[in-house]
Amino acid sequence: MKLLVLIGRTVLHGFETVGSLSVFSGQALAHGVRPPIYLRLIGMQMLEIGFYSLPVVGLTAIFTGMVLALQTFNAAARFNAESTIATVVVLSMTRELGPVLAGLMTAGRVGAAIAAEIGTMRVTEQIDALTTLSTSPFKYLVMPRVIAGVTMLPFLVLVADIIGVMGGYLVSIHKLGFNPAAYLKNTFDYLETMDVVSGLVKAAVFGFLITLMGCYQGYHSRGGAQGVGAAATNAVVSASILILAANYLITEFFFAR
Amino acid sequence: MTRATPKIELADLHVAFGANRVLQGLDLTIAAGESVVIIGGSGSGKSVLLKCILGLLEPSRGRIRIDGEDVTRLSGAERQTVMRKFGMLFQGAALFDSLPVWENVAFGLIQGDKMARPNARRIALEKLAQVGLGADVAELGPAELSGGMKKRVGLARAIARQPEIIFFDEPTTGLDPIMGDVIDRLIVKCRTELGATTLSITHDMASARRIADRIAMLYQGRIVWDGPVATIDRSGNPYVDQFINGRAEGPIQMAVSAA
Ligand SMILES: Nc1ncnc2c1ncn2[C@@H]1O[C@H](COP(=O)(O)OP(=O)(O)OP(=O)(O)O)[C@@H](O)[C@H]1O
Ligand SMILES: [Mg+2]
Repeated sequence: MKLLVLIGRTVLHGFETVGSLSVFSGQALAHGVRPPIYLRLIGMQMLEIGFYSLPVVGLTAIFTGMVLALQTFNAAARFNAESTIATVVVLSMTRELGPVLAGLMTAGRVGAAIAAEIGTMRVTEQIDALTTLSTSPFKYLVMPRVIAGVTMLPFLVLVADIIGVMGGYLVSIHKLGFNPAAYLKNTFDYLETMDVVSGLVKAAVFGFLITLMGCYQGYHSRGGAQGVGAAATNAVVSASILILAANYLITEFFFAR
Repeated sequence: MTRATPKIELADLHVAFGANRVLQGLDLTIAAGESVVIIGGSGSGKSVLLKCILGLLEPSRGRIRIDGEDVTRLSGAERQTVMRKFGMLFQGAALFDSLPVWENVAFGLIQGDKMARPNARRIALEKLAQVGLGADVAELGPAELSGGMKKRVGLARAIARQPEIIFFDEPTTGLDPIMGDVIDRLIVKCRTELGATTLSITHDMASARRIADRIAMLYQGRIVWDGPVATIDRSGNPYVDQFINGRAEGPIQMAVSAA
């Protein structure tokens, strides 16, 4: 009996969360299209989410590209397919690793920061104060972050793609002794527009998920410092899981035919 | 019988947090231009009452009318329009810590009323001066202020848009007696010069006597006494008597264990 109650409660809680998350995103979107649009705030968030995430995303990308080249070389040597390294690196980076790793890294950096900031505003009644000053927290806090996330993540992923390919190139040329011209030719010969575009679409979706979860968790945080900490953790965990799930669905949409 | 529509009309208001029933059928009517002070023990639900009127908390039962209009359940956009009538000083000041002091004060003017920033800044400095804060404070961040200074900035922010209805949640707590008197006078001025309706919460009976036309006492989720400030000393109500005289013995039992 106890077990049934527990299962029931968990399922109900799950539905409740999905419901309130839907209401939250609905409100965020409804507010996004109506004026006023806070351009200054959007700009600030783009700087925060896009520009300041460059180091972390860049470092992730370069090491991933380097490792990818090494691993592929090692594996491909078993069936004399070393020439495929360039193609493997560029396809893995643009289609999967660029968007997913950039997404996960920004989820940790940006998602937690958003949840902590908005959560602190919630528990110190700053969000209530916004409302009493005729300013919608959705417009003023949520929308600028979501817009910045959706637009800046593709930019970050594009940078990650380029840096990742560069990392693979560096290892292949300097460590594995490939011919630079041949490597570059292999990189671009088999690359299709759809490979990059699918990655950028993923990035936009991930940007939405990261910022939405950050705002949602922060907005609904309660109970002081501990609550804010929990909100930050939940934002990162939920955004990461959603990123991985969404990644599968988008991949299926683009490539499973 | 005809009478003017009350500014604020609360009927049978119920608010609960889980099993903690904070307001249990509260009725209160406030006329336009009136200054009402709510007194009541710590944790009796005074701040909750203000937030409920502002729509920040939803009552489980009851009606809230502002100028005769039912505002109990409003959507976001309608709520924003109604909010234009209100100014609120939060108990914890609730300043935006990402903005300097003057922008905090000017926030409603810039974001809510779309006023140009230089104009809004001028008004903000004026309001800051009224609460005894100079232009040097205007550029500081809220984190650089003392508790009493934060309170005064919050007060300047609450009155900056010259709202019709102003709520003050413990405006003089944490201030020295002289500054407390200055703030009391400012609250009275809001009513006499701007014609604002004010609803204040205070634990300081001297301050309550200075700013109130009427005092209402909140106990166990209801208004147990409500009358003109001049009659509070002979209210004949044991709760009020105990409260204003600050006695531990009486009908109000504080939840403390006698050592
Ligand atoms: N957001 C909330 N969640 C849960 N309970 C709350 C919340 N806000 C207030 N309460 C509860 O409601 C009751 C009344 O709180 P309120 O802040 O209105 O007290 P108060 O009368 O303003 O007291 P004080 O004079 O100390 O400020 C308290 O028991 C408090 O625990
Ligand atoms: Mg209070």
